[in-house]
Amino acid sequence: MTTYTAVLAGRSHSFAGLAALLAAASPERSGDRLAGLAADSAQARVAARWALAEVPLSRFLAEPVIPYEDDDVTRLIVDTHDAVAFAPVAGMTVGGFREWLLSGAADAAALAALAPGLTPEMVAAVSKLMGNADLVAVARKVRVVTAFRSTIGLPGRLATRLQPNHPTDDPAGVAAALLDGLLLGSGDAVIGINPATDSPKAVRDLLELLDGVIQRYAIPTQSCVLCHVTTSIDLMERGAPVDLVFQSIAGTQAANASFGVTLGLLDEAYEAARGLGRGTVGSNALYFETGQGSALSADAHHGVDQQTVEARAYAVARRYDPLLVNTVVGFIGPEYLYDGRQILRAALEDHFCGKLLGLPMGLDICYTNHADADDDDIATMLTMLGVAGASFVICTPGGDDIMLNYQSASYHDALYLREVLGLRPAPEFEEWLGRIGLLDDGGGIRDVTGTGHPLTAIGQGVAAA
Amino acid sequence: MTDRQLTVVDSALWTPLRRHTQARIGLGRAGAALPTRHRLELQAAHAAARDAVHSPFEPEVVAGALAGFSTVRVRSAAPDRLTYLQRPDLGRRLHDTDRCLLPPDAWDVAFVVGDGLSSRAVHEHAAAVVRATAALLPAKWRVAPVVLAEQARVALGDDVARALGAAMVVVLIGERPGMSAADSLGAYLTYAPEPGVTTDADRNCLSNIRPPLGLAYETAAAKLTSLMHRARELGRTGVSLKDDSDGSLPPGTGRVGAEGAKTP
Repeated sequence: MTTYTAVLAGRSHSFAGLAALLAAASPERSGDRLAGLAADSAQARVAARWALAEVPLSRFLAEPVIPYEDDDVTRLIVDTHDAVAFAPVAGMTVGGFREWLLSGAADAAALAALAPGLTPEMVAAVSKLMGNADLVAVARKVRVVTAFRSTIGLPGRLATRLQPNHPTDDPAGVAAALLDGLLLGSGDAVIGINPATDSPKAVRDLLELLDGVIQRYAIPTQSCVLCHVTTSIDLMERGAPVDLVFQSIAGTQAANASFGVTLGLLDEAYEAARGLGRGTVGSNALYFETGQGSALSADAHHGVDQQTVEARAYAVARRYDPLLVNTVVGFIGPEYLYDGRQILRAALEDHFCGKLLGLPMGLDICYTNHADADDDDIATMLTMLGVAGASFVICTPGGDDIMLNYQSASYHDALYLREVLGLRPAPEFEEWLGRIGLLDDGGGIRDVTGTGHPLTAIGQGVAAA
Repeated sequence: MTDRQLTVVDSALWTPLRRHTQARIGLGRAGAALPTRHRLELQAAHAAARDAVHSPFEPEVVAGALAGFSTVRVRSAAPDRLTYLQRPDLGRRLHDTDRCLLPPDAWDVAFVVGDGLSSRAVHEHAAAVVRATAALLPAKWRVAPVVLAEQARVALGDDVARALGAAMVVVLIGERPGMSAADSLGAYLTYAPEPGVTTDADRNCLSNIRPPLGLAYETAAAKLTSLMHRARELGRTGVSLKDDSDGSLPPGTGRVGAEGAKTP
């Protein structure tokens, strides 16, 4: 094991191995402290960053943070590394790589070409040397475009996941929240429900409800019921209308096992989803959610800090050409990300790392009631992530998810972000909004009142049932 | 845009739909933003949840409501709320000096009332659930003194049960407050608990005890005692011991949540 050292203010700090160095260099967060991995002092943290800045990027290929023989995510990272794509930065240190990323040389084309040459550990490392503004400045240069029935990630666009959850999966309750979101111009990334139960029948009922609405109004979007991947495979075999296959994933084999997931299972889901051919403008058919702290929560982090483990989850995601990936950044609770400041930092890191690794990265900008955060933190995160070019955000009615009991962005928040940053919905969806009479003269969403709009039948039909 | 002073939410459209969901639908708009009233309503709900998390636990409130039961007060190893929220491991361990307060014996069951993430839920519902459950237990069952625990996580019950020598433990604990419910009590039953060995998969859970909107005390007590009898027969609790409550999700379905989160 290599020992990394730096002298700061006359004192020598040493770090036993790359994983320990990365952890010590990480910005303060409660999860790393809980895991016993955080820097001992503020000065030790900065010393770690000095040492990390001098580490060659090539070192990350020679020293995996979790051994190759112990973990299939490490094997995936090592075995699929593209040395040709890596070549332009192969001679750089982490510190030099930061400066190159911030320079004009790192434009959209260069960053897209580089993505297969980068490993999660490299991008995690460079993020630890970056300020919040750096994370915004670099991420906004990256373009990752994916498509199914709508196109996600184009310049000047911001898509939304419409999340009409209901604690008992009541179809009328789901339909009401769905109508609310559509009338406020949400839903171009996906209409996605977290089901209250994972039974194939319950999931199928929801899929058919969503598919019915999408077909009836010819909405250029896709549906997803966020059930376990095995349930989706089962439902695809039985001919249920599955658009996107969902799975929560993490950055180690053991953490994925705690989700009941293996790479083999994801391979199977990928093949099954591709075979359905339900997309119209593209064939990206997977949807992943991630989040810092999940590996620690499953006691499966192998001594790697939570941000680096999170970046490793993106290596899993990119194997499957997903339509959408989002970090559920503030959901996990204050023992991992204590307050609005830590959640904001994690949101910027996750978006940056996901984008650099070539993913269509969005966010669930959110917090729980036992974290020290509020709706002003949502506003700050939304604005920064909007500037950073997030592909999509998750929206709920009034920002209050009554099924998962947490606060997310609201449909209104997406309107705000589109308005102040001049962002527009996915092109196919925007055209549909115009067709269905929801756009005003300035291209914004009309304030629809009354029961005269054709979409309101979505609610009335179900409410009468 | 019109210049209406106040957004009138369209009741013809939304009122019929509100019967089907508590979701905050049809809020209207002030430009792109929420109308003032709805913004303040959201803040009020958040404030109630925050206060539920941070209001101190008052064991004497629960002890007073448990007249006729003997009670013991203990603390976890988490010295304060700030530490508690960041160090779930400390909330799962008894405070060293409090271990000796627990009288070891061949107890059939121990009740642990812990503040968890909502002391309000515990103040309002815990004593009633203990009373209703104890009333349904066979007279020959030996019930340990009710343990009132500060800065408690669910797994603190394992440590308490070990100190008492109890065969099984019922932990009644304040659940993570949502915007629509800040007073929800959870009940966790664990047979033969062992600190550090027992996992969440070895427990059975009843959630959302908060009459009149949630589970009633009598219903919770009946479900709990039924589970307790079957746990004794089988010699275990957890995933292999199903009750007739709502179907639960396998791991990895929904989202990874903090302990106490009402998540799959």
